[in-house]
Amino acid sequence: MQVFKIPEVFREDMKYTFCPGCDHGVAVRLVAEVLDELGLKEDTIAVASVGCSVTIYDFLNLDTIEAPHGRALAVATGVKRAKPDKFVFTYQGDGDFASIGLAESMHSALRGENLTAICINNTTYGMTGGQLGPTTLMGQVTTTSPMGRNAEYYGYPIKITEHVALCDGTAYAARVSLDTVANIKKAKEAIKSAFDVQLKGLGFGFVEILSTCPTNWRMTPEKAHERVRNEMMPVFKPGVYKDIRG
Amino acid sequence: MELVTDKKILTKGNYAIANAAVMAGCECYFGYPITPQSEIGEFMSGKMQELKRAYVSAESELAAINMVIGACSTGKKAMTSSSSCAVALMQEGLSYAASDELPVVLVSVMRGGPGLGNIYPSQGDYFQATKGGGDGDYKLIVLAPSTVQECADLTYKAFYLAHKYKNPTVLLADGMLGQMMEPVVFKDYPYPKVDNSSWALDGANNRDGRIIRSYAPSAHNQCEFLQKLHQKYKLIEENETEWEEIGTDDADVILVSFGSTARNAKIAAKMCREKGLKVGVLRPITLFPFPSKRLSELSKQGKKFISVEVNMGQMINDVKLAVKDDVKLINKPVGIPPAPVEIVKQIEEYYASF
Repeated sequence: MQVFKIPEVFREDMKYTFCPGCDHGVAVRLVAEVLDELGLKEDTIAVASVGCSVTIYDFLNLDTIEAPHGRALAVATGVKRAKPDKFVFTYQGDGDFASIGLAESMHSALRGENLTAICINNTTYGMTGGQLGPTTLMGQVTTTSPMGRNAEYYGYPIKITEHVALCDGTAYAARVSLDTVANIKKAKEAIKSAFDVQLKGLGFGFVEILSTCPTNWRMTPEKAHERVRNEMMPVFKPGVYKDIRG
Repeated sequence: MELVTDKKILTKGNYAIANAAVMAGCECYFGYPITPQSEIGEFMSGKMQELKRAYVSAESELAAINMVIGACSTGKKAMTSSSSCAVALMQEGLSYAASDELPVVLVSVMRGGPGLGNIYPSQGDYFQATKGGGDGDYKLIVLAPSTVQECADLTYKAFYLAHKYKNPTVLLADGMLGQMMEPVVFKDYPYPKVDNSSWALDGANNRDGRIIRSYAPSAHNQCEFLQKLHQKYKLIEENETEWEEIGTDDADVILVSFGSTARNAKIAAKMCREKGLKVGVLRPITLFPFPSKRLSELSKQGKKFISVEVNMGQMINDVKLAVKDDVKLINKPVGIPPAPVEIVKQIEEYYASF
């Protein structure tokens, strides 16, 4: 019995670009497994975004275009409208999707673009060294919220999946986490569902993945997963928020 | 509005551009409204849907240019159209498209600036188009029509050059050309098909995935890339520089003028000839590549140059660089181009100063 297999969609010369313990590695792996299982490699055009997520093309052996910061879903809209028969997905961070790219993201969902967006929410700007982002939790200390996030100076974190689920064009929206094996399995099912609605032509598919950033959180990977459970999940509640397949 | 394919009609520059884009085989249009070019998006919204081609009313110009980038990455002919303060929002996308070497076509119908400015004609975005507002060392191919017929013809050419050189290309018109009506004939798209099978994204079928990217973490690689990119720009300068000359052979003074303003410059030159003043006109049709070499040749023959523009003097800088001499400016800051009689008056003053 085969117990381990490297996904076929991974590049032979794959470079591991993430920090030790970062959940990006798990998320990319899940995307790769789902692409394999649905047999999508040869029909896919991927859209990379700016942030740690940009290095997705160092992992996945797919036709890929890298979008400017925040514009992934606009670029993806152009790709999909030009090539409606291709499978098109974006891989973005929460800063890309919900701060600088909020307009592009929400309008793609509102138009019901037949696209899938995977959004990694780690409550910080990881690539630039851990600044406050749109999902930074109240009280969270970052390099640009040295006294912790307060409403007076910073306002409030965005609950991305809830907003996406409200859009009429959204076919599937779910929030998942990667803190336990059980939740990793649920995350993979959510990714598969978000891919499935695109393949069925039903509209916008979205998965928000609660993820760790041990480097910028200054925590061990284990402690970081405890933070996901104890601090993130009570605010960003996991679950399927919309699935028009019933 | 019907698509016109085979007869002479009287129409606005904006409709001529849109009609020509459809005739050129534009498969995807993405845009956001702005005066004085909104007729282009209006025409495209209906026509593209009738023809089962792609059309999106984008949520912003940022989104529109990035949708064009996405569509172009698949090798399709795709475009957007906009104006001045909204083209400003597209500068990021144009820089990425130049780095990605994508055949983006942008129709830029200039209005008054800076800021929100006004909806009068202007040539205040010569710098924006030819020098760029995006980051890094890049060039856009820039074509400047002077008539409604040229609005159509250069739209064809914009698609061809964009794809031939894999370089973002701007059709730089202005509010006057966009809104005025003239007779125009739409011929068949005259250019050959460009093969993009070696780079377009189509799914990694029996090959490795292709990556279209501008992120370049290695300084060494980026040095090599920029050298290569600028070799391409040099090739474009050698092959594609286009201009029109009238009466330059025996001229003492040459008016350099582009776009709608060049029409009045031509009339002014004719009026000067009637007064016995040997005045010629050089009209750049491509603003990048700029006809610097030809201007330099004419300068070496001892001719003097006057730049006629509707802005505070932008193209004049490129004329000065080419002729290595003082160049006089005849301009109007914004609006309908200076009347031929005003231009003649200033040319006479210029003659009198010698």
